[in-house]
Amino acid sequence: MMSVVLLIAMVVMYASGFYLMMDRSLTRILLGFILAGNATNLLIFMMSGSFGKAPIVGNDDTRDYSDPLPQAFILTAIVITFGITAFILALMYRSWFLDKANEDTVLVDEEDKEIALTTETITLEEVLDTEVEQSHEFQDSDSETDSAV
Amino acid sequence: MALVVSLLFLGSILSFPIVKRFGARGFLPGSALLLISAVWLLTKISQIKQFGYVKETYSWIPEIGLNLSFYADPLRLSFATLTLVAGAIILFYSGWYFDKKDESRARFSSLFISFAAAMLGLVLADNLYLFFVFWEATTVLSFLLIGHKYKIRASRSASIQALVVTTFGGLAMLVGIVLLHISTGQTLISTLFRFDLEVSGLAIVAIFLVLLGALTKSAIFPFHFWLPDAMAAPTPVSAYLHAAAMVKAGILLVIYLTPAAASFPGYTVTLVILGAITMLWGGYRSLNQYDLKLMMAHSTVSQLGMLMMLLAIPHDAVRQAGLLLTFAHAVSKAPLFLIVGIIDHHFGTRDIRELSMVGRRYPLLAIAGVGAAGSLAGLMPLIGFLAKESALNSLLSYSGSSTIVMFTLIAFIVGSALTAAYMTRFVLGSFSKKNDVPPTPTSRKSSSLLLVAPLTFVSIALAAGFLSTFLEPWAAAMSGSTETTLKLGLWHGFSVELQITLAVLIVGILLGMLSLRLKSIRSQRFENISFSHGYWRLTHTFDLVAVRVTAIAQRGSLPWYLGIILAVVIATQVLTETAFELPQMTFLQHPAEVPIAILIVLASIRAAQSTTRFKSVVLVGVTGYALVALFVMLGAPDLAITQALVETMTLITFILVIRKLPIKIVSNMKIVPKLVRIIISIAAAVIIGALAAVSLAARQAPKISDAFAELAYKFGHGLNIVNVTLVDIRAWDTMGELSVVVAAATGVASLIFIVSRGDNLPKMSRKDARSRVQKQLMRVLDPEDETRKSEWLLAGNTLQPQRRSIILEVVVRLIFHALMLLSIYLLLVGHNAPGGGFAGGLVAGLALSARYLAGGRHELGATTVIDAGRLLGVGLLLATVTALTPLFFGEAALTSRWLEINLGFLGQLDLGTSTIFDIGVYAVVVGLALDVLRSLGAQIDENEENRLEEQPEVQSR
Repeated sequence: MMSVVLLIAMVVMYASGFYLMMDRSLTRILLGFILAGNATNLLIFMMSGSFGKAPIVGNDDTRDYSDPLPQAFILTAIVITFGITAFILALMYRSWFLDKANEDTVLVDEEDKEIALTTETITLEEVLDTEVEQSHEFQDSDSETDSAV
Repeated sequence: MALVVSLLFLGSILSFPIVKRFGARGFLPGSALLLISAVWLLTKISQIKQFGYVKETYSWIPEIGLNLSFYADPLRLSFATLTLVAGAIILFYSGWYFDKKDESRARFSSLFISFAAAMLGLVLADNLYLFFVFWEATTVLSFLLIGHKYKIRASRSASIQALVVTTFGGLAMLVGIVLLHISTGQTLISTLFRFDLEVSGLAIVAIFLVLLGALTKSAIFPFHFWLPDAMAAPTPVSAYLHAAAMVKAGILLVIYLTPAAASFPGYTVTLVILGAITMLWGGYRSLNQYDLKLMMAHSTVSQLGMLMMLLAIPHDAVRQAGLLLTFAHAVSKAPLFLIVGIIDHHFGTRDIRELSMVGRRYPLLAIAGVGAAGSLAGLMPLIGFLAKESALNSLLSYSGSSTIVMFTLIAFIVGSALTAAYMTRFVLGSFSKKNDVPPTPTSRKSSSLLLVAPLTFVSIALAAGFLSTFLEPWAAAMSGSTETTLKLGLWHGFSVELQITLAVLIVGILLGMLSLRLKSIRSQRFENISFSHGYWRLTHTFDLVAVRVTAIAQRGSLPWYLGIILAVVIATQVLTETAFELPQMTFLQHPAEVPIAILIVLASIRAAQSTTRFKSVVLVGVTGYALVALFVMLGAPDLAITQALVETMTLITFILVIRKLPIKIVSNMKIVPKLVRIIISIAAAVIIGALAAVSLAARQAPKISDAFAELAYKFGHGLNIVNVTLVDIRAWDTMGELSVVVAAATGVASLIFIVSRGDNLPKMSRKDARSRVQKQLMRVLDPEDETRKSEWLLAGNTLQPQRRSIILEVVVRLIFHALMLLSIYLLLVGHNAPGGGFAGGLVAGLALSARYLAGGRHELGATTVIDAGRLLGVGLLLATVTALTPLFFGEAALTSRWLEINLGFLGQLDLGTSTIFDIGVYAVVVGLALDVLRSLGAQIDENEENRLEEQPEVQSR
């Protein structure tokens, strides 16, 4: 049994969360992360299948209980989400503190961008016969080294 | 035999310190070790003569048919002896070849002996997989030896090229071996290839894959190019690996295969044609070189082609001649390389355009050179002559039987002429007096001991020429046939063979002399059409594509990365989606779902649209509180409590940080357009929804948690199943979570405090605070006192008056202890009722937040008796000790134990180890909350205060 209403709520939460996560502002990324986290908790919760009474052993028939296992998972997830949230908030504060002009923007990694420009240097070069001829075995140790790749 | 191989590997390790200590003389023990190994193996001859073979097997991984099986018959014994003796001679030579100052000598010696050991293992291995292991060992060691002078670019590139090409073949061979094993059920080379293999589709594929290994290893067209480039290695390496040892591995494999696989379609034709191409091309290239070493390298390629061609012919006489030629080649090519090394060492050049008057000044070297070259070219009375003549003889006798033998005969004659030609070029080029070149000056004194090695090889070649009566049965034994087919001899009368040989020699010598007159054709265009260049184009293209793809995928932009990840999720799901079953769908299960869902939908969408920080945070919080309501309605009280507490804590934490940041969120997004982001996020969300629906429908087994109620009650001694699950049934999960929480808390503290955790910051002690409050209260009692402002909290008066709220202070004063009591209550009842360590810890954390919010950072400091770091540590320690203690009693980790205490009329108290675990959880959660408050609250306050003090103008504004 799956509730369409809850499914819709979950999908909307995921969509908003993903949308927010694809942003440069760390605040929005974090909010997106929390939304996606809430959506995931709901997803796990829905995996219970059917719901009933609180899973506390008492007089009731155990078959009427809500599934306790997803609940244990979600409980763990809630606290971890809080820990990560606190961590990202600290990151946010730190990046703002160090560079107030950029607020909490996640900047482009310049080193990653450079990969495209360094194509030639990170590929191997060809061995030519002339080069093998010129690789003398007995030379002064100084001239024996050439520039490293 | 396994013993010899292992001893050699051991010796290779020992030789490192020995060479380091003794220099050139340090090479002698290694050389002796190789020689002694050879002698020891030769003592097996009598046994081999009696039984035809010796073998030994040690079990290694019998399940996959991999055993340490070694086998020696005349063929393998001969190859093993060649490997070891040639290795010993060349290693001896190496001792005096390298410069005294050369620090890499020790590494060289060690690698060289390792290589000899691997090669010996390859020759003696009988198990196919063991053969492969040694095969790859020679590949890796040859990579290290070719790249010995790793500081030179050509050397590095050449070694990588050799590695890539031979590993490519090696892997193909492995697949072939596995297929052979599957199709025949055999793993022993000695039994597998003894008789004709049954021709089947699988076997044909297997054999050709194995051949790919042989072709790459032995540098046969189209894989011939790595060998000349590998000449970047030190000359002794070239002499050994590429004349006597490594390239012979491929030849050996073909020797194994031919008797069994010659009936396979295309086997002989493929090898003969590829061998002929290699031979002619290598010979032609050799004739065009000025560099002696490259000349030798191309000549090796050419000779390998010739051997491959002969050994692929399934006639016993041709095979025997081919085997003989293999050994003739080894004893001739190795000294040639060594001579080139001496010339290079002595005169500082290998270029024949610069060498002149070498022979006259260095007669012994010239004699050795002429001897070795003569043997390779097939001059009487050296072993090369015998081998070539027997090959001619056998090919002639079978030439009428098939076109392929006829073709081989013609190619062989042309190849022999080419051999004579480049050997002439070598001899004249290196030793003759050239009129237009001044005598080459000696650049370095070289030890006369260097001459020992090439002279030894040439002596062997010469002596063997007179030992035809011994060679005849030897070749037959190697071939595995019982009768001696070859009729070797230096003089058979003026036969057809001799006429051909003479003609070949005359043509060859003339051609060689002519080649010296002409300018070589060695233009850049020529290099551009070579296979070496083709290989480079191929690998370079791979590199380029990889880099380009990386450049497209890695733009350094986080939104871009997330977009790609989500797009891949969408794509894989859409592409792999097959027919699935939808679950039983119902509109809703509880009427409360409708308003809750509406709340969630509206809040999420508004949160995505909002551009102010505070508003977005609150809207996201709304979705969290909506979940609280849902959990309450659908039977999850523990979740509801925890979610509500965490949501509040999150909100407080958020406010603590964003109070410093600008109100508006600035986000300039260029890399992923808004519409694209919307489409990707909606698509990904819908996919997850669909997956959720499908996976719920796919459930077939009963829920694992059906048994939890009984487990919790009987074994966990608790009624609250969720709590028992956390601290007992699935306590490992909680263990893991605690570590994550501790890591996150430490991360928060270290990001804010930077230098230390900040636990040692000076803070107001409780005693000081208390006495201050006491004084204050005294003043309150005193109606005369003007400062009759009450202190409700310990550090209330540290705040500036305009920032204080008396109402807040009063309320916090009243509820703090109640909250702390509640938190302990939740912790203790958690086992049987909603609550537990998580909820309790969060309540305590909120109580602390209240103190901080009302009284500021000094208040927080005065409130806490234990540092956050210690709390986290104690919590984790408690949990870990609880987890590990059962191990000491022989039980599984985290097994819970119970103490049932009868408290008389108070009832029965069940005190369990899982309660201690839960207390650990409690301490960790409180520690996290405290760390958050200390860092994001107190320390940020202090930073701000410091900043304001430094910039007074900001304050005045």
